[in-house]
Amino acid sequence: MSNFLSLKYFLPELCLLVFTLLIIIFELIPSLKKHTFNISVIGLIITSILLFQTHGQNTPLFMGMITIDPFSHFFKYVFLLSTLLVIVVSRYTKELESIYFSEYLALLYILLFGLFLMSSSINLLMIILSIETVSIASYILAGILKYDNKSNESSLKYVIFGAFATGIMLYGMSWLYGFSGSLNFYQINVSLQNLEDPFIVYMAVVMILAGIGYKIAMAPFHYWSPDVYEGAPTTMTAYFSVAPKAAGFALMARFFYVSFTDYSGASPLGVSNVDWMTIVAILSAATMTVGNILALRQTNVKRMLAYSSIAHAGYMLMALSVATDTALISVMFYLFTYMFMNLGAFFVLIYANNVLNVETIKDFNGFGSKSPFLAGCMVLFLLSLTGLPPTSGFIAKFYLFAAMIEAEKFYWLAIIAVLNTVISLFYYFSIAKSMYLDKITNDASIEENKVFIFVVLVCAIPTALLIINWSSLYDYIASSILLGLGL
Amino acid sequence: MYNNILTYLIFIPLVGSVAMLLTSLVRKENNDSIYKWIALIATGLQLLLTILLLLDFDPKAGLQFEEQYSWIPKFGIEYYLGVDGLSIPMVFLTSFLSFICVIASWNINKSTLGYFSLFLMLDTGMMGVFVSLDFFLFYVFWEVMLLPMYFLIGIWGGPQRTYAAIKFFLYTLFGSVFMLLGMLALYFYSEPNTFNLITLIQTAPQIDAELWGYPLKYLIWLALFIGFAIKVPVFPFHTWLPLAHVEAPTAVSVILAGVLLKMGTYGLLRISYPLLPGEVIDFSMILAILGVINILWGAANAIAQVDLKKMVAYSSVSHMGYVLLGMAAVVANNKAGAQAGLNGAVMQMFNHGTITAMLFLLVGVIYDRAHHRYIFFPKGHEKEGEVGFGGLNSKLPVFGAFMALTFFAGLGLPALSGFISEAMCFIGGFSAFRTITIIGTLGILLNAIYFLRAYQYVFFGKLNKEYESLTDMNAREIGIIIPLAFLVILFGVYPSPLLDLVYPTMDSLIDLIQSSSTFLGMK
Repeated sequence: MSNFLSLKYFLPELCLLVFTLLIIIFELIPSLKKHTFNISVIGLIITSILLFQTHGQNTPLFMGMITIDPFSHFFKYVFLLSTLLVIVVSRYTKELESIYFSEYLALLYILLFGLFLMSSSINLLMIILSIETVSIASYILAGILKYDNKSNESSLKYVIFGAFATGIMLYGMSWLYGFSGSLNFYQINVSLQNLEDPFIVYMAVVMILAGIGYKIAMAPFHYWSPDVYEGAPTTMTAYFSVAPKAAGFALMARFFYVSFTDYSGASPLGVSNVDWMTIVAILSAATMTVGNILALRQTNVKRMLAYSSIAHAGYMLMALSVATDTALISVMFYLFTYMFMNLGAFFVLIYANNVLNVETIKDFNGFGSKSPFLAGCMVLFLLSLTGLPPTSGFIAKFYLFAAMIEAEKFYWLAIIAVLNTVISLFYYFSIAKSMYLDKITNDASIEENKVFIFVVLVCAIPTALLIINWSSLYDYIASSILLGLGL
Repeated sequence: MYNNILTYLIFIPLVGSVAMLLTSLVRKENNDSIYKWIALIATGLQLLLTILLLLDFDPKAGLQFEEQYSWIPKFGIEYYLGVDGLSIPMVFLTSFLSFICVIASWNINKSTLGYFSLFLMLDTGMMGVFVSLDFFLFYVFWEVMLLPMYFLIGIWGGPQRTYAAIKFFLYTLFGSVFMLLGMLALYFYSEPNTFNLITLIQTAPQIDAELWGYPLKYLIWLALFIGFAIKVPVFPFHTWLPLAHVEAPTAVSVILAGVLLKMGTYGLLRISYPLLPGEVIDFSMILAILGVINILWGAANAIAQVDLKKMVAYSSVSHMGYVLLGMAAVVANNKAGAQAGLNGAVMQMFNHGTITAMLFLLVGVIYDRAHHRYIFFPKGHEKEGEVGFGGLNSKLPVFGAFMALTFFAGLGLPALSGFISEAMCFIGGFSAFRTITIIGTLGILLNAIYFLRAYQYVFFGKLNKEYESLTDMNAREIGIIIPLAFLVILFGVYPSPLLDLVYPTMDSLIDLIQSSSTFLGMK
């Protein structure tokens, strides 16, 4: 579709840009300054309405640079919802009281814009552009606590790692481009068919995995994430562990499903017998194991949750490694439920940090009796992160394993994953232990905050009640794995 | 007339638990007795419904009171409940012990809201396991129990409670994740894909895929077995048990030993046996050996204990060994042997439930009074080597009498229920695995040693001066022991009401397994 006609379908993204500018303008006008928070919430709501208008479209835009399809739609809703929740919580976070809040909001909007593009790119150049948009905003947001050394350190580490990973990915893409003569996912797939020697494709796959792996914190490209997660403001840690990660998975799924899958049916592996599945499977095993084993030894809650989110990336990679439709559905299902449970756990942490300065696991001491509702929800989120019924995390994990067994591949990986689940129980429940089981030594009393209760409830309700019936969610996701068409 | 009675059985406790939480929102202070009464009413109602169910149950009619609703049609997941001769004794045991345990917990004063609401959630999970006929549903209930149990041990338990709680949680989760893989393999390899345990009886034996050079069915059996064996617990997976049982508060120990352990053997009989009959035959020898190891190892460990509660915990390991031995007898050449074995196994599950409940409750009685439960004081204690009690019979005659009854039931004295079921397990075991069973009978002797020794040192001899002021059992304590004692004596002299419930179902299970063996040409 030509550039001009495409604009009609690009309205949600344009709306985000307009509101980014509005936030900045409002900030400059003293009488309107106090409304920036409201305007940012309104912007997200309008964007979601506009997004809903384009529902069901499936067409490439801007001469095949990006595409609009049900797949990207699903992810855009995930991004919008997580951004909305994070913005609301940010307003009430003690840590963020000293910063210029409007800057923070504007940067989040730019980040969100990048995420939208990431989930709908079908062109190598667009991948780079969208990842960079997201990354640059993330670097600043991670370091937004200017006077905090850890925050500065995390920002710097993030920049260095990010630049390095993007560089490698760019190099891999240049191989792919040199070989196929095209930047479009679909044309790459066509030109990769029937190669005699797929060595170049392997090289490209590995190097591109480095770039995407950095975004989703896949081992061995995960080293940045614990430090960044620990140093960044907790709201941003929550956000980084959900939205950009989901975008990374969207990008990875689309790229690998479109470009490296053999559609002729001649080979059970990827195009031209490129066995990218096994590479992903091995990386997945490494990711979940590294994440879980290292999480065991953490005392800082943020750091522990950072490692836990590495482990969760590993579980999702596991399903992607079998590259079936069911696997893709299960990953999307997982991301959806993971958004609620992970954000929920972080929100309780933010609240606990607000009122009790909780940083380490031990600081949760007595939280169970001081804030029974939020502590109860925390247990629910932890249960869900472990993947135990009756929570949504169980259903999601159930589908991941179902995808593995259905594909009749990589049984060893499934076994590693279940063992990892058992390990994860130990560190998740160290929080529950600290909240409920340990002797209460901390006698500070706290007051409950209605906004936090509300936001946590928004996360807790789907986590707890999805077990009653998840058919319609599953069907919706199953209908949105139709990937956009080529040119 | 009883539409959806099983659904009520499952969810009445959950409703009670929600009612407690709502009460806590409305009224902030002095709710302790309200919570206790809600728990009592919920479990009482459940028990009442169970009795109605029992009265209406027809042992010869196979599956009854079925409820089948589609839940997640795309994945063939159903909300499918039903009871047969295997589950009905367990359903009764669950609601009966839950009711008794609520009364036994009446003196709990530390955060009653949490205790009783978690207890009722636990009740829901247990009941769900015993009436589910859909594997997915079964798995959900199986796992739902873990969290309440973790907190019940971890918050209201003894000195090592945190360690015991997480160890219990990790062990059982380790088992059940393998069960999850086994369940998914059953689902995807059977045609049509289903979690329905009744349909799978037809389709699962036809799976003929291979994996890593083994038939897939072997691996599925193993995966399920790990899950169930940890719950039983089968040696060498039993190490969580003594710790959890000892650290848990009395009522929770009763539930752990009385109901939770039965889930392991119930799962084997409900799922592994009918779904994978060929593998049952291949593994029956191993099952028998493990059963005998359980009997001897549990008993030998019990002899070595100086803590009464720990001794009782190890006696559970030993007694569950009888169940395994009886179950393994399904391959006996003469059908009478197989019948004795399987019926004995199910009856032992029930009888052990009642006997061990009495044991834990009575140990709880003495612990509440003396604040310790040592037969001898252990190493490192200030009174190391001294007798813990002694001569209690003269001060607490009622307690002594009940303890005697319970100990005799535990060591398998004729005319008490333990004898009948243990004898049946041995008869079955003997007709299938002669040598192994003969070795196993040593367990009877070992059982007698530790029970009699404990009785001797606690109740006979000179009265320890320190305990002259102890009071005998009060009315509440006697009241909860009497129904249990009644069942123990009743099924000891007249076991047929229980046997009649069980044996038609076991007969069809034996036929199913033995016919598959001739079909596969293995015999």
